[in-house]
Amino acid sequence: MPANPPSLSAHDLACRRGDRLLFRRLSFALAPGAACHVTGANGAGKTTLIRAAAGLTTPYAGEVRRTGALALLDERSGLDPDLPLGRALAFWFGLDGAGKADTIMARLRLEALAEVPVRYLSTGQKKRAALARVLGQAAPIWLLDEPLSGLDTASQGLVSELVREHCAQQGIALIASHQPLDVPGMTSFAIEDFAPAQQEHEA
Amino acid sequence: MIAALLRRDLAQFFPFTGSGAALPVVFFVAVAMLFPFAVGPDVNLLARTGGGVVWIAALLAAILPLEKLVARDIELGFFDQLKLRGMAEEAMMAVRLVAHWLSFGPPLVLATFPAAALLKIEGETFQILVLGLIAGTPGLAAIGLMIAALTASLRAGAALSGLLLIPLALPILIFGAGALARQDHISLGFVAAISLALAALAPFAAGAAIRAAREN
Repeated sequence: MPANPPSLSAHDLACRRGDRLLFRRLSFALAPGAACHVTGANGAGKTTLIRAAAGLTTPYAGEVRRTGALALLDERSGLDPDLPLGRALAFWFGLDGAGKADTIMARLRLEALAEVPVRYLSTGQKKRAALARVLGQAAPIWLLDEPLSGLDTASQGLVSELVREHCAQQGIALIASHQPLDVPGMTSFAIEDFAPAQQEHEA
Repeated sequence: MIAALLRRDLAQFFPFTGSGAALPVVFFVAVAMLFPFAVGPDVNLLARTGGGVVWIAALLAAILPLEKLVARDIELGFFDQLKLRGMAEEAMMAVRLVAHWLSFGPPLVLATFPAAALLKIEGETFQILVLGLIAGTPGLAAIGLMIAALTASLRAGAALSGLLLIPLALPILIFGAGALARQDHISLGFVAAISLALAALAPFAAGAAIRAAREN
């Protein structure tokens, strides 16, 4: 853990996609141990918010401030489709200096899939593999975009469990999902509350 | 981090380890093999024109790997994940340039030996041809990387990149093939200079291109 406690905050954030303003005047601040659940319909701007928080998209206005390393989970796994899962994950574990690769694989029930090329994995298996990558990174800030989509009930419970553990270790989690998570003390906001009024029922 | 990325990129693109990465080299030799069939087995004609054919084959072979060079890793979110770990886009592209050149330059130079035998290129001409390809392929790789990064987010990117590479590679072709006609080493110096300038520029241009591709 770094000497500085992690933090993630947005100040008067506004983001666009193309010409359309998705949300504006969005502010939040997450202290160590805080989890925040962003809800919203498809296309409301959840993914854009996550990417802005990650610094991968320049906001239209406002700013994101953060202390500490980021781990991002989105619909793209970042794993080479032609490689067996074990080797594809080993690349990221190697970069991140993850020590307990076997423990992480076992936690996400991936050991049996280690020899299977990534392109043969199902959506849910790929999602679990991406979660393994996030765990290996051991970053204090987690940005999870739709972490539950494609997962079966047991794995959905596991995601909630991982987030609870992460927050118990003073980690921060910003989660965009339209499904509920079982994390006590998690704050939540709907991204539609920050949509510009005149575009709410755009033709 | 750089070393780990280079290892991964090489495994992706190197002939016989990567997916279909040997195709450019096979294509290159196939063109050299077809040419004598098309113009006839006149030894003098082959020796005079063969060097130019090898250069054109090299240029066309440089187009083949472009489709997978950058676009696939953007779709995978691979560059995003590296960015989160603090790596600059320029560094990612510099590594990609080295891996791309290593997986296509040296194999092409090696394939020049059978190609030259098929085209009756010998002695001084052969030497200048090989030196020219060694000097010119880094430039071709750099042009290819820039184009692959620029067209990565376009739907017709693959077809477009072939069309874009040809005019940009013209200076390398003129000096490289020109050295064969005049049998001099000065033109080879020009080829090397163009290659170096392009290789120095490519990581920055390609890095800016994948940054821009991320914004939409």
